Amino acid sequence: MARKPSRAPVSSARGDGVNDDIGEELRLRLYQTQVTIREAEQRAYDLFLQNLVKGTSHLSLGQEAVAAGFAVAMKPGDLSFCTYRGHAHTLARGVSVEKVLGELMQRSNGLMRGKGGSMHLTSAEHGVMGSYAIIGAHLPIACGAALRAQYKGQNDVSVCFFGDGTTNIGAFHEALNFAAVWKLPVIFVCENNLYMEYTPIGDVTAVEHPAADRAAAYGLERIVVDGNDADVVYRTAAAAYDRARAGKGPSLIECMTYRHSGHSRADPAKYRPEGELERWKQHDPIKIYRERLKQFGVQEPAIAAIESEVKRVVDAATEKCKAAPPPPLDILWTDVYADGGWAWRN
Amino acid sequence: MAELTYRDAVARGIAQEMARDPDVIFFGEDIAKAGGVFKTTVGLLEQFGPKRVRDTPISEQAILGAAMGAAMTGLKPIAEIMFSDFFAVCFDYIANEFPKSRYMSDGQLKCPLVVRTANGAGSRFGAQHSQSVENWAMMIPGLKVVAPSSPRDVVGLLAAAVRDPDPVIFFEHKSLYATKGEVPDGEIVDTLGTARIVRSGKDATILALALMVPRALDAAERLQAQHGIDCEVVDVRSLVPLDTQTILGSVARTHRVFTVEENPRLCGWGAELVSIIADEAFYDLDGPPVRITTPHIPLPAADVMEDIVLPTVDRITETVRRSLSA
Repeated sequence: MARKPSRAPVSSARGDGVNDDIGEELRLRLYQTQVTIREAEQRAYDLFLQNLVKGTSHLSLGQEAVAAGFAVAMKPGDLSFCTYRGHAHTLARGVSVEKVLGELMQRSNGLMRGKGGSMHLTSAEHGVMGSYAIIGAHLPIACGAALRAQYKGQNDVSVCFFGDGTTNIGAFHEALNFAAVWKLPVIFVCENNLYMEYTPIGDVTAVEHPAADRAAAYGLERIVVDGNDADVVYRTAAAAYDRARAGKGPSLIECMTYRHSGHSRADPAKYRPEGELERWKQHDPIKIYRERLKQFGVQEPAIAAIESEVKRVVDAATEKCKAAPPPPLDILWTDVYADGGWAWRN
Repeated sequence: MAELTYRDAVARGIAQEMARDPDVIFFGEDIAKAGGVFKTTVGLLEQFGPKRVRDTPISEQAILGAAMGAAMTGLKPIAEIMFSDFFAVCFDYIANEFPKSRYMSDGQLKCPLVVRTANGAGSRFGAQHSQSVENWAMMIPGLKVVAPSSPRDVVGLLAAAVRDPDPVIFFEHKSLYATKGEVPDGEIVDTLGTARIVRSGKDATILALALMVPRALDAAERLQAQHGIDCEVVDVRSLVPLDTQTILGSVARTHRVFTVEENPRLCGWGAELVSIIADEAFYDLDGPPVRITTPHIPLPAADVMEDIVLPTVDRITETVRRSLSA
């Protein structure tokens, strides 16, 4: 009999020495990254309602701390592999808001000039090695990137982000075994936001913690953390990076979090029990980290300055995207093959 | 010049490329210590060591996904899928991931890898270990698709595939592994996207691939000897890129065309070729194009049944004879 997962936010030792030693600069980066994601995702939602973001989009509102914690703890050269819910991880690696919104709005200034769309954000120069829209596909791909690092004696780590729903697909299990057997420098990060798409993950999973409770099957440590506390995430991530770089193999980390919006634009999230969203909003990552900054002596004007600067950047990006032309049609025919074109015959 | 089996040519082709380029690595199920279930990779582990030649778990998604991740970050992996039928359990990589990452990323990502697989019937393995699925790969934009019919082509096309910057699906034919052929000494590198006229003739063109090439050649000899019909046989070799110039050029000379396909009838590669010929060489034709295929049924295991359903030398001979005398 499967146990129902706890629907309440995970309580963590807030500011309780978890990340006291990282210094103000990193702490401000963690906050700035989270606020950037929040503002950009909220803007994406607003643009959607104006029919300026087309197709679909999967927001990370409420899940900002996972992206920020892992990205800020990375070194240059580390690689991110994301899902269709990948805007947050892309922004967290330093990709500009304009390029992300431009892609969502299908403009020529988008990250892939409209050839990929919201679900496939990629910025190789920032180490964002693609966003994958087939559940589970990118876990083995991240293993391959890690295999290259191991084979060539390079020191980078591949990090693969995915949702709770991914833990029930075959590629998840294949990748974990593969990575564990070969001790690959790869980190699997499950963002457990309690719902796969519309169905609670607990209704369809044999264990309470869909990722962590499977770790033992692959000889890995069971790790569940508060994914809404960026300090906890950062500290957990840093330990996993160290382990990977030391040749000790993969980690599987389950971050408990909650998405404030529906699965995608089409989903009003009516399936949630009353009060659940409100409880989680009390445990909102931005709220938590704002308080954290104050505990560490950051003054209100400094915090407000970060917030207004982020808002200015997102506003400016929005205006640039609105003014940008649609993609040039000649790129329809480029980059099917490595010769730059699409010819399949002579 | 040495006489090699098609089987040994696989190992030679892989070894040639691994010796040349340290970024070439090779992995798959039972390929290292066991030398492959078809003994196509014997000696590679000993020659190149366990870092470069690796046995994997039975995890086809992990095999292909890892090949892709390694390829996009700088290696040139060769991955083996033991039987091409198993593409069905890892088709996401073949259909959605390898061929689309470059395009979706607006050219930021690359995917230079080779998937080798044992394709085709004749081993009495039944419906899930005997299929010819090269048409599954052919239909996907972004892939390249190759199927050699001789030991020399195995070495040369495998080398071309490994050196190619795109994902290449490399179909080896199980029933050709024991066949022998002359292979020149030294490095061999062929060109993808080139068909080869393996027999010249003036009365009809037979387009064939892999195991169907030697059968088409046997049929051509019989047609010549018994019926005075002189067939040109074209080994298509590469479905993508497709050498339409060689194919259309042959049809322009012979004015009749036959395809010999091992895949089941619907949407077999011959349908695409016939469509191109009908579009672009209609007025060269003196009669309707004819497809000789496996019927649209799953493959049976028993030898007497399997032998009937694959295109045979008898069936090719008879079909061509009847069509030309009609």
